[in-house]
Amino acid sequence: MLDRARDVRTGDSAAGAAAPGAERLLWLRDVRVERGGTRLLDGVSLEIGPGRPTVVVGPNGAGKTTLLKLGMGLLQPSAGQFVRTPGMRASYVFQKPVMLRRSAAANVAFARNAAGLGAGPDAIERLLALVGLAHLGARPARRLSGGEQQRLAIARALAREPALLFLDEPTASLDPAATKMIEDIVASIALRGVKVVMATHDLGQARRLAGDVILLAGGRVAEHAGGESFFAAPASEAARAFLRGDLVL
Amino acid sequence: MEASGALGLVLGVDPALLSIVRLSLVVSASATLLAALLGFPLGALVALSRFPGRSLVIVVLNGLMGLPPVLAGLAIYMLLSRSGPLGSLGILFTPRAMVVAQALLVLPIIAALARQVVEDLWSEYRDELTALEAGPLLRMTTLLWDARFSLLTMLLAGFGRAAAEVGAVMMVGGNIDGFTRVMTTSIALETSKGNLELAIGLGIVLLAVIVLVNALAWSIGRWAGQHAG
Repeated sequence: MLDRARDVRTGDSAAGAAAPGAERLLWLRDVRVERGGTRLLDGVSLEIGPGRPTVVVGPNGAGKTTLLKLGMGLLQPSAGQFVRTPGMRASYVFQKPVMLRRSAAANVAFARNAAGLGAGPDAIERLLALVGLAHLGARPARRLSGGEQQRLAIARALAREPALLFLDEPTASLDPAATKMIEDIVASIALRGVKVVMATHDLGQARRLAGDVILLAGGRVAEHAGGESFFAAPASEAARAFLRGDLVL
Repeated sequence: MEASGALGLVLGVDPALLSIVRLSLVVSASATLLAALLGFPLGALVALSRFPGRSLVIVVLNGLMGLPPVLAGLAIYMLLSRSGPLGSLGILFTPRAMVVAQALLVLPIIAALARQVVEDLWSEYRDELTALEAGPLLRMTTLLWDARFSLLTMLLAGFGRAAAEVGAVMMVGGNIDGFTRVMTTSIALETSKGNLELAIGLGIVLLAVIVLVNALAWSIGRWAGQHAG
């Protein structure tokens, strides 16, 4: 698999020395990300494979968004190695998605066009229906409610037909009903074979959706475990404290 | 006496007055369109690119927003005069020269304002457009399109500036009766001749045009605020 793994960015000379196997979509080794003298991620080594969603949890400033942006290629590591399986299209839903100043349907069509995919009305209709917005396609996107905009952002991300979907706290400011809709959509996306990597503050949500859980604290991986074992038998003191509801800094 | 005579000219649709008004509108609208065609992409380009001397370009563009019309007239006069670099075109003292001079006047306004608007919008859109892998050209067209209501307002502001100026069209148009005479140059001429009737009549029309354009700009802004978000 060495030849198929593309070294997206490396911060040291060990490029390609240990490429990930076929079952690894994302592979990080000793990754450090610095911005303005602050270490956002520090010594992170991780492998993320296909299957159920990978949920990233941790306090504010732990590095969740940085990890997701790194995975998407929006940030580059200052040091260490980061590899994403080549030829795999990724999409990103920001915590506060920005809607283009046009209709909901046109937002989805834009994403398809930008990705070089056909933007026929059927494809747009199907994507809007997938997130329950088929009836609002003609509405200016910025006139939609917060929950609707979040769902539209997911439709727009899916319009690129990604193999990998990053979601940054997609339900952060939503009420329970809107949160439930998003979670149902995420679950159905995952069943369709799209790998979801999602940051959240909501432990209940992590429990409901996670195939595996990554706990970040202070820019480091405190624990990375299967969803069930993370919640049933956390291995690290940080995870136990986090699950107890103690303040983990 | 003059006022009622002027009103008679306006309401009676005096053919001479009508042709002056028509030429004014055509020249200023063409100039604005020409300036927009160049100014919008130029503004977007400056907004989205980083190059040495960029700050200087921005300062100069902003400064040229206040370019005195007579200087625009002088520059285009020298360019188009028989011995000038574009003298062979033979368009000095024609409406075409007036269009070019007014376009030069409006271009900095449109380019500088578009640069500001596109740059502000880019800071909002950068992450999304990057994640959606929009290329440079798509970024530019997307930002211009999504700023369309602001740009339309700029267009109207540019038109107002063009329609109201007198120095540039006077110098490169020559204020030739029935050929290059527009509202502003007519008002100046008729006033100096003491023919206040026609001057006031044209003044009423000019004022109406400018008020109308501003009302349109205001309505567009209001409509956009309510519908496009």
